[in-house]
Amino acid sequence: MAAGTKKQKNKSSLLINGILIIICFIWLLPTLGVFVTSFRDSKDIFNSGWWAILPHKEDVETGRIILDESIDVDGNIKIEGIESTFKELQEGVTLKDGRKLTWYGNKRTREIVVSEKQRVGFASNLTLENYKDVLTGKEISFTDAGGNEITRRGNNLGGAFLNSIAVTIPATVIPILIAAFAAFGFSWLKFPGRDILFTVIVAVLVVPLQISLVPILQDYTKLQLNGTFLGIWLAHTGFGLPLATYLLFNYISTLPRELLEAAYIDGASNFTILIRLIIPLSVPALASFAIFQFLWVWNDYLVSLVFLGEKTRVVTYALASIVGEKGQDWHLLTAGAFVSMLLPMLVFFLLQRYFVRGMMAGSVKG
Amino acid sequence: MNIPDKTQSTFSKIKNWFATKAGRILFSIFIPVITLMILWQGFIFLRDSNAPQLIITIVAILWGVGGIAALFFVFNWLTEQLPRNLGQKLQPFVFIGPAIAIIGWYLVVPVFRTLILSFKNALGMDWIGEGLAIFENYRFVFTDRIMLEAFRNNLLWMVIGTSFSVAFGLVIAVLADRSKFEKIYKAIIFMPMAISFVGAGVIWKFVYTYRGEGIGIQEIGLLNAVVLAFGGQSQPWLSLPPWNNFLLIIIMIWLQTGYAMVVFSSAIKGIPEELLEAARIDGANELQVFFKITIPYIKGTLMTVTTTIVIFSLKLFDIVRVMTGGNNNTNVIANEFYLQRFTYGNTGRASAIAIILLVAVIPVVVSNVRQFNKGRRAF
Repeated sequence: MAAGTKKQKNKSSLLINGILIIICFIWLLPTLGVFVTSFRDSKDIFNSGWWAILPHKEDVETGRIILDESIDVDGNIKIEGIESTFKELQEGVTLKDGRKLTWYGNKRTREIVVSEKQRVGFASNLTLENYKDVLTGKEISFTDAGGNEITRRGNNLGGAFLNSIAVTIPATVIPILIAAFAAFGFSWLKFPGRDILFTVIVAVLVVPLQISLVPILQDYTKLQLNGTFLGIWLAHTGFGLPLATYLLFNYISTLPRELLEAAYIDGASNFTILIRLIIPLSVPALASFAIFQFLWVWNDYLVSLVFLGEKTRVVTYALASIVGEKGQDWHLLTAGAFVSMLLPMLVFFLLQRYFVRGMMAGSVKG
Repeated sequence: MNIPDKTQSTFSKIKNWFATKAGRILFSIFIPVITLMILWQGFIFLRDSNAPQLIITIVAILWGVGGIAALFFVFNWLTEQLPRNLGQKLQPFVFIGPAIAIIGWYLVVPVFRTLILSFKNALGMDWIGEGLAIFENYRFVFTDRIMLEAFRNNLLWMVIGTSFSVAFGLVIAVLADRSKFEKIYKAIIFMPMAISFVGAGVIWKFVYTYRGEGIGIQEIGLLNAVVLAFGGQSQPWLSLPPWNNFLLIIIMIWLQTGYAMVVFSSAIKGIPEELLEAARIDGANELQVFFKITIPYIKGTLMTVTTTIVIFSLKLFDIVRVMTGGNNNTNVIANEFYLQRFTYGNTGRASAIAIILLVAVIPVVVSNVRQFNKGRRAF
């Protein structure tokens, strides 16, 4: 009996793992494709799918046949003992020995390519060129699908990366500091209007930020804050504060009351208690919010599109504009996508526990 | 809150305070003024400077992070300079003041300002009409062909996107719970949450890419390669209604399943093992256990996750913006908001759309406030 269930369990666990592996494979495949492509030569990208870097069989050219002038290309053409029309040759004719004849050009070229199926191993011509090209703001040149040499200005994603850092770090720290003070005030200090004010904060948690964009943009135009770091920090602070205050309030208000009273008796001021006691004790909550806010700001497109725009390009903005202008330049797009994902991925893999907590807590944000 | 009364020291402090009143007042004005001046200089530098970008970045971080810390420090210091009684009354407002001011400016007041703007014309200067004509922007929102298409698409996103994300999330959470490699599976499914919507857009645009027909042209997009391998015809999928909408929704499912899965996973782990064992001993099979015990037990979580994803799908913008720009029948409300405000320059219509989005989330606002007030007896 016991052995029977165990066997059954193994069998079902094999099935479960099988299903999960398939799902995970499907989930990873799109990202994997972009990752692989970002390292391929710009010309290769257009001539074969990214999966072509895996070992596979491929038609490899082994020679060319030039048709004699005497052969009538409109009728049946006899080559290597097989008769076929121009149309058939265009689509490719396979010989008995496995070789393939293909007529690529028009009738006047009189040139037929002979190819043979051969095993091709792992692709070895991988390159970092795409990353170099997309990061720089200087002139770059690459080969496009048709084999033409193209020269143009780079997308300066490197500069956008720095801008993103300059936007994201303060836009994470500022709301945390303000929220820590506010959460402490709401949970431990008495003042008139406390309940109503906090209810307002809870109410605006899920307010969609589209509500704010139009009026705030009017203010920013008057105050000349458009395109400035201060403007975007404040905007992200505004949109992130309700969540930050709410999360930190939930955490700080559960800290043991005796601890704080002991500190008061020792003569510590509110400020000292907050800096020396509350903030160090709240590290888990702070870290969860910090990671959520960091990723939210880093990955944000709408807010930076509205308040920063072309003046101060962040990575999401730069990447989106490559999509808009050069939608088929996959060597730049894929490398650019990975540059934009670099930091979030690092955070994800290094701080997974806090990351998951932060994303769960923050998913309600408006 | 019991603050110990230290009468003697307070007395001597007051005496001291009066003694050096003049100096103190001067000092108290001097310090904040200096702080503000330094911060202002930083702002001007960041706005106008042509210094190398690395330097700008470093200055920006120092200025932003240091500035906010300095402001708190200085204003707290100021309240501590005040007579003790007054200082204690003011201090809570130094603590909560910045948060209240910013939330007020960025979220509370805009609700009313946007509401007013939604009754004004394209420039936001004059009322759009008199009498019933004042609702002109709303009439537009509910009758315009493109708006109606956007509503329909958002409904698709909401219903299909949400139900698949929730269903996949739940199934994967339950399955992973029984595997030794749970952590790895969950990490892989959750990973898209780290990627920006713009990045996700690029990733999926590459899956759906189309090269066209012709001799020697190879399809390099995964979807078209699969279609060709099964003997089909390659298609420009993203400009092909109605398929393009569903293909865009797949991206949302790819992004949101991880969130649903993680939340469900922790809820499932909270189900008491005895309950599941008892049901199995009573002869329930795994499917029955799932529907009769697991689902009822995590009903609350199920509701929360569904609501969250519905709100997400309502405000969805980046994916559509990057993938299709809302063309070929793929427009959504948030994208139309952006187009009205920033492409057509119609503030009134954009505001009306924003108000519609707000109205849609009001039930969630109400339930959040209720829930909070219920759980706040000890406040």
